[in-house]
Order: sequence, then structure tokens, then C-alpha cells
Amino acid sequence: MSEKEVKSLEEIFEARIARDEKIEPKEWMPEKYRKTHIRQISQHAHSEVVGMLPEGNWITRAPSLRRKVALLAKIQDEGGHGLYLYSAAETLGISRDELIEQLHSGEAKYSSIFNYPAVTWADMGTVGWLVDGAAIMNQVALMGTSYGPYARAMVRICKEESFHQRQGYEILLTLCNGTPEQKEMAQDSINRWWWPSLMMFGPRDADSPNTEQSVKWKLKRKTNDELRQAFVDQTVPQANILGLTIPDSKLKWNEERKHYDFGDIDWNEFWQVVKGHGPCNKQRIDARVKAHKDGKWVRDAAMAFAEKQENKEVKLAI
Amino acid sequence: MKNWPLWEVFIRSKNGLEHRHCGSLHASDATMALENARDVYTRRMEGVSIWVVPSAQITATNPENNGETFEPAMDKAYRHPTFYELPDELKHM
Ligand SMILES: [Fe+2]
Ligand SMILES: [Fe+2]
Repeated sequence: MSEKEVKSLEEIFEARIARDEKIEPKEWMPEKYRKTHIRQISQHAHSEVVGMLPEGNWITRAPSLRRKVALLAKIQDEGGHGLYLYSAAETLGISRDELIEQLHSGEAKYSSIFNYPAVTWADMGTVGWLVDGAAIMNQVALMGTSYGPYARAMVRICKEESFHQRQGYEILLTLCNGTPEQKEMAQDSINRWWWPSLMMFGPRDADSPNTEQSVKWKLKRKTNDELRQAFVDQTVPQANILGLTIPDSKLKWNEERKHYDFGDIDWNEFWQVVKGHGPCNKQRIDARVKAHKDGKWVRDAAMAFAEKQENKEVKLAI
Repeated sequence: MKNWPLWEVFIRSKNGLEHRHCGSLHASDATMALENARDVYTRRMEGVSIWVVPSAQITATNPENNGETFEPAMDKAYRHPTFYELPDELKHM
């Protein structure tokens, strides 16, 4: 294809997206669109999967059967979300194996929030409330994205997410209405998770170079800062109902802006964790690699069994 | 050892409706594909029947040929009821 032909194909392509048409697998797309989508969708998939680790840590120690079944169901959902997203990425011509290899080698990223440890039961509440809450804000915005399989995965995921946040909030509500020690445990948890949750929306708009292209392709309907502000506005009243204090001395309602003002995020910490120096980066990847390695004989045995059955059928047919 | 092949999953959400494509998954054989589809796609009673089809078995139109494939239908307005001009007195036809 000549450069001129590619250029005109690109123009047609961009115009289709501008008209709110969806792009489907196997249709022509600019290489950059394909690459950006593989990167973003797989990063999203890896986050769902790695995100199961901090919560998995608490399944056997859930304080009641009710909490245990809810936590199990939530974690199972996250595994499903990983699957929907891996499948969506695979429609762009990359294999599941390659995707997993990229996670294990560190080439692909996942949400930094999962590099923080879940050290108390209250963290199961805070993760559901804040982490899933922040994820929902991002994901709702993506339901209208331009790549069909990604948009459809988002619709399904958003339907399942709302119980995640509610079960987390209920855990905190129970702790906050409990003994002083329980309430303190809840407060300690929000103290640790608040800032990392705000970081989930990514760098400031001024430091986020891809925004314009992403807006065009509807990978971003709102900027990082807009989503972060919406999250803060939504979350502060919820913290008040719990009677918990958000650990930010600058947090204050701004009557003029009709938004909460809030303090500065420690971007140095953010980049440290992104670059692999968070409290649990190594532990998370090691756990994934180990699970994949330890599961190899099961995958092989299942395949060997399937092949044996098939050969049997062929013999019977002859 | 070969990787588990890809399967497409179709779900009938309730009797009276058709099966509808809802996603895909990897599984070593059809039985496992059905079990995984149940676990992933019907955890909240989204279905009463599941089909799984090996993705490699699907033959699809090529989007690059969408012109030849679908445009011939575009200039055949006479296939639609509004093409026919009938008097207003005539109701319900
Ligand atoms: Fe999720
Ligand atoms: Fe979730």
C-alpha cells in the first residue's frame, strides 16, 4: 500500500470513529491503533488478574461465612474480567501466551494499586470501596470506547462491578459501627489506601502525553484529572457516612468550583511503584509466575486427554 | 505441548430467544469449554442454554469485501413496505 493510500484509509477510519461507529476485529486499522489497544486492553486484563492476589490473601481468614462467600464471588468475578479482556486483546492478533509472557517478563504493566499489601481485614472493605470504586469510574467511561470487543467487555464488567463496591463498603460500615478497635482498623486502612487510590487515575493531565490521541479513539472520555476530581467528590460524602477521616488536611469543599479541593499527590511514590519499587511488585509477579508454572502439567494433561479422546473417535469412525 | 484452542461461546438467555454470541475462551476440549463457559458467562443466571464452537471452525465474511457483499442490497428499496404508494384511506396494511 502506498503512503497516500494509507493516509486516506486513516482519514476514513478516524471519521468512522468520530461518527461513533465501532471498529470490529479483522477490519483495517492503523498499526498504532492496534498496538495502543493491545497495550491498554492487556494492561487492564493483567490488573484484573493480579488484583485477585491481595484479596485472595484473606479468603481463608474472612470473619464469617457471609463475608467469605462474598469475597470468593468477587474474586471469581475479577478472574472473569481478566478473561473477557484477554479475549478482547486476542482479537487484535496477539496470543494469550504472548500476553502472559509480557506480564511475567515485566514488559507489560498492571495497575500499581495492586503492589500495595492488604494487611488487615479492613483492607478488604477499603479495596472494594475505593479501589473498585476508582476502577468503576474508569470503566464506565470506557463503555463507549471505539473498539467493539473492548466496549462490550466493559459493559459486562460494569454490570458485575457494582456489587464489589457495595460489599466493600458494607465491610467498613460494620467495622465502623463496631468496637473502637474495629473502627480504628477501618481508619488505619483508609489512611493507607486513600492516596494510592487517587493515583489509580494516572499522572496529571499535563504529564500525560497520550491524552489527545486517546480522546480521539474514545479510550478516554474524560481526562485523568477530571476522573480523579469526580472520584473525590463522590467519595468524601461516603467517608462521612462511615465517620472516617480522609487523610488529607487540604481537603475542603470549594463553593465556587462546586468541587472538593484536595492536597498534592506524591508523584515520586507513584513513579517508584510504576517502575517496580513498590512494596509488593516482586511478590505479585513471583506469585503469577509460580501459579503459571505449577499449572503447566494440568494444562498439558488436559490437552493430552483431549487428543487421546479425539483419536479414539477417529478410530471408531473408521 | 499444544496450547488449548479458542472457543466461541453462545448463550440463550431465556427460552423464546436465540443464542447470542457473548465471548470466547480457551479450553482443551468441548466439555471443558462448556464447563468454563458456564462458570464465566452464567454466574448470575444469564443463560438457560450454552453452545460452544471451535473458533477455527467459523467461516466469516471478509470486511475488506463488504462492498461487494452487502451493497447490492442497498439499492433495492422495493423490498421494503414503504416503497409502495397507497391511498391514505387504506389503513392497516
Ligand atoms: Fe474487575
Ligand atoms: Fe471489581
